[in-house]
Amino acid sequence: MNEQHHIISYRKLTGIWLALLALTALTVGITRIELGGYKVLGALTIACLKSGLVIAVFMHMKYEGRLLRGLLFLALMTLAIFIGFTFFDVLYR
Amino acid sequence: MTHPQHKDYAGAKLGMWLFLFTEILLFGGLFLLYSVYLRRYPHEFAAGGKQLNWIMGTANTAILLTSSLFAAMSVTAVQRDELKRADGLIGGTVICAAGFMAIKYFEWSAKIGHGIYPGSEHLKAGPPGESVFFSLYYITTGLHGIHVVIGAVLLAWIAAKVKGGTVNAGDYILLENGALYWHLVDLIWIFIFPLYYLIL
Repeated sequence: MNEQHHIISYRKLTGIWLALLALTALTVGITRIELGGYKVLGALTIACLKSGLVIAVFMHMKYEGRLLRGLLFLALMTLAIFIGFTFFDVLYR
Repeated sequence: MTHPQHKDYAGAKLGMWLFLFTEILLFGGLFLLYSVYLRRYPHEFAAGGKQLNWIMGTANTAILLTSSLFAAMSVTAVQRDELKRADGLIGGTVICAAGFMAIKYFEWSAKIGHGIYPGSEHLKAGPPGESVFFSLYYITTGLHGIHVVIGAVLLAWIAAKVKGGTVNAGDYILLENGALYWHLVDLIWIFIFPLYYLIL
């Protein structure tokens, strides 16, 4: 095996874990108080942030090359397009 | 005749990621169903969501995030050739998986005890939106639960390989891919949790 693999330190991983727990506490907090429609937006924004941290650091995506990053982008775009088009249909039919 | 075994590290990881993309699209479809039906039956979904126990959901979120930390740390440990530690960390992930499933068991059995399960008399008698909500709840968390079990079995098998020395600092793609699968399980839950337990 070659030497170019990035090793992520325990300290950094633990930091990310603490951030993920803090964001979880924040989502629970903002959805327990009445914010109306904003709570959906807030909770989903936090979920996206959390998954970004998991993908970038826990899944090492931050240290991967163009191929994997590009494919991830493609997969997420596909998901966004099919969710977006469905909503276009559902909301404006 | 002995050949040096050919290993395609980048190819193995690419294959894993391609598989994970199909998993993302699979669960993406379920989330799409959720949001379309949420729009059609907002009141029934709100009533259904309030019956889910958000404290158990939060506990399971913390457990899964911790299990993911252990999985990520086990990759670092193997890369640094700390095989004993790696084994312990994978063990930690598997224990978290068991804890997650135990909580899931209590949640599901409480719901089933109240007569709420797909096709139950209680749901048949109620409004259609309620039955749609709980069907989606059981399908989504059930499919996710199956992933948790598969991931835990996979990681336990890999832990045995770490112990046996087949997975080591020179060749750890199996552990890396196993950990990637586990993180995906965590990733899906990061969305299930707010959608079902919090925002309704």
